[in-house]
Amino acid sequence: MIECEDLSKKYNGDFWAVEGVSLTVRPGQILALLGQNGAGKTTTVRMLTALLNPTRGWARVSGYDVMKNPHETRANVGVLTEQHGLYVRMTGEEYLDFFGKVYGLDPGKRRKRTQYLLEYFGLAEAARRRSGEYSKGMKQKLALARALIHDPSVLLLDEPTSAMDPESAQLVRSEIARLRSSQRTIIICTHNLAEAEALADTIAIIYRGRILLNGSLEELKRRVLGPVEYEAKFSEPFDAGELDLPEGVELAYRSGTSLRFRVEAPQVVNPKIVRALTSRNAPLVSFQEVSRKLEQVYLKTMAEAQGVAYAS
Amino acid sequence: MRRNWDAIWLVARREFTDQFRDWRIVVPMALLVSVFPFIADDTTRQAVNFMNRFGGDLILDNLIPFAILVIGFFPLSFTLVVALEAFVGEKERGTIEPLLSSPLEDKQLYLGKLLVGIATPLVFSYLSMGIYLILVSRRDVQFPSLYMLALIFLLTFAHAVLMVSSAIVISVQATTIRSANLMASFVVVPVAFLLQGETILIFWGNEDVLWFAIVAVTLLSGLLVRLGLAHFKREYLLGREIDNLNIRNVYRVFRDRFVGGAKSFADWYRVEIPITLRQLKQPLAIVIVLGVAAIFAAYAWVVVNVPAYIEFSPERAEDFKSFVENNLVNLDQLGSQLPAPLLFFYNARTTVVFLLLGLISFGTLGLTLYLFNFALVGGVLGAAQLIGFSPILTFLVGVLPHGLFELTAVVLATASMLRVGAVLVSPNTDKSIGETLLLSIADWFRVFIGLVVPLLVVAAVIEIYLTPVLIKMAFPFL
Repeated sequence: MIECEDLSKKYNGDFWAVEGVSLTVRPGQILALLGQNGAGKTTTVRMLTALLNPTRGWARVSGYDVMKNPHETRANVGVLTEQHGLYVRMTGEEYLDFFGKVYGLDPGKRRKRTQYLLEYFGLAEAARRRSGEYSKGMKQKLALARALIHDPSVLLLDEPTSAMDPESAQLVRSEIARLRSSQRTIIICTHNLAEAEALADTIAIIYRGRILLNGSLEELKRRVLGPVEYEAKFSEPFDAGELDLPEGVELAYRSGTSLRFRVEAPQVVNPKIVRALTSRNAPLVSFQEVSRKLEQVYLKTMAEAQGVAYAS
Repeated sequence: MRRNWDAIWLVARREFTDQFRDWRIVVPMALLVSVFPFIADDTTRQAVNFMNRFGGDLILDNLIPFAILVIGFFPLSFTLVVALEAFVGEKERGTIEPLLSSPLEDKQLYLGKLLVGIATPLVFSYLSMGIYLILVSRRDVQFPSLYMLALIFLLTFAHAVLMVSSAIVISVQATTIRSANLMASFVVVPVAFLLQGETILIFWGNEDVLWFAIVAVTLLSGLLVRLGLAHFKREYLLGREIDNLNIRNVYRVFRDRFVGGAKSFADWYRVEIPITLRQLKQPLAIVIVLGVAAIFAAYAWVVVNVPAYIEFSPERAEDFKSFVENNLVNLDQLGSQLPAPLLFFYNARTTVVFLLLGLISFGTLGLTLYLFNFALVGGVLGAAQLIGFSPILTFLVGVLPHGLFELTAVVLATASMLRVGAVLVSPNTDKSIGETLLLSIADWFRVFIGLVVPLLVVAAVIEIYLTPVLIKMAFPFL
């Protein structure tokens, strides 16, 4: 479990890199931390790894206070850093074995974990090659294997699939999903919004050190983009005229072959909308939710934060 | 203990492996180790031939110890680069963060890096020295004693610890390899001077004097290791990306500390200076005890040993006495030869020199100079005793009136300087090494401006205008 309250970090006496960050991530949950470069994602992760001392606030990771028990905190966290950070003159096998020793694994467990991770990430054949000779994707996979070598209960992953080919990225995403199902607590810092959308249970958007938004994807969509929209499509131009719409429904958009409704409580009102359309003999082809991406939420939030117009 | 050592060795072993897999380190080192002893051997041959023809026994007798010392130094200076890269290099390559995110403790990381930093250059140095000794053993030249060889090997070890520990301090504090390499001259240049000093000791011909160098270098190395450990913080390795010299911030930190909470000059004297003096209790006690001991030791040494050295006799005592009388004849016109402001300037400069020396040696060199000054007082009193003046009267009229102010000023400045050194090597969890240094220098300036300067002004006036009169009154024959 990761908990933090009012977590803040000031540099050079006057620059707040992170200010007032409060988060809770439970076991079996993934939180995606989104933000521009320099927004404070890495500083937040470093404070949660007990690498940086918070200027204000507190954080507890895997049950340990990051300030009071930095050693125990680090022992229970697996970190994938922004740069892969591999020792290029070590082979993949040596590298994982070294970090196995660093995390205090006994030789048997070390060997087992090393073999398992090398095989899982498809690096078994390259295990005895120096990591300097690996491709970018292989390096990233080896770095992720390092973060997992001690089977940590908490994972802090900075850009876990950057530089990977689609197959490898998919493999890593499935591994992250598998780790979630085994009750790991995970934070991902990423610029890949599709990945965040696919993996995260909770999303936090950070801007200039402050959390602007925090919640599930659906909550964020509702908060930022407003109520859900549903679109009715017709096989031929249909003049809806003055539709008798139920309470809580607003006609958002109208064209010859489609109508778009803004809906507060879809479970209650959607059947009524469909009934209203069919009672007018509308040539209804489909009635479905208008797809809204995390990207729209993110871009709108950032535009508002920066005081610029959001072009949807 | 065992767990600690295992972790230190784990860090060190990885570094060893990494170094020996890097041809850019191995090849130059191998060349240096294998080529340089041969060049030195040939130089020795030519030097021996030259001195056999033209004389120079002193140099000839000590040529090999000198050459061994130099040969040992070259690989040390070269492999300094490895130590300089220890932390900042890993930071630049991005490999430090996974290591820092691990449960390894600070001291395990630091000592692991230090161990490999020392061991590699030392192995190369000893190899180089060994090859040279084998080569030179064929020559018709006086081979140094085993004792001398042991001392030189020990001194080389001390050099390695000194250079590597300073390089690692730089490596932790620097934000780029480039800046670390630039700062390397602050290691190489002083050590090169040190080597020259040691060379003088070797040619002086007394093997035992080398112990002074070994003890001094070891002490300094120990303090540097302590400094490195005290200020090693994961945060500083990751928290700073660029070296920003924020003059405004430097000034603000210095001013805030110097002024403290005082609202007026009087308030500063009433509230802030006593706070600083309370902080100085311990160093003041140390400095006073050592200063008094230096006076008595020097007095006793002069009284006991000097007569034997200079074949002292009643006639010679009279000669000295007349010499003193002749030289002090114009004592009452001292003010025209040495104006009080100039004397004040000299004394103030000396206290600043104490600070500067203290800064580069964690207080040890400054303290040495202070003890030397106090020993001079004891020496003068001893000499007065020898030529028949009362040392107590000499002290009461010649030293005490201005000494009350001057010695107090020097004691305060030295205690403050000693505190700067002590603060530097004490762990401080929330301040960087630069900030710690800045704050302790601000404390030093509080003492300097608030107490030392006024005391030295009074001392200079008394020394120029009152002390000569008192001396004339106490010793009318002068």
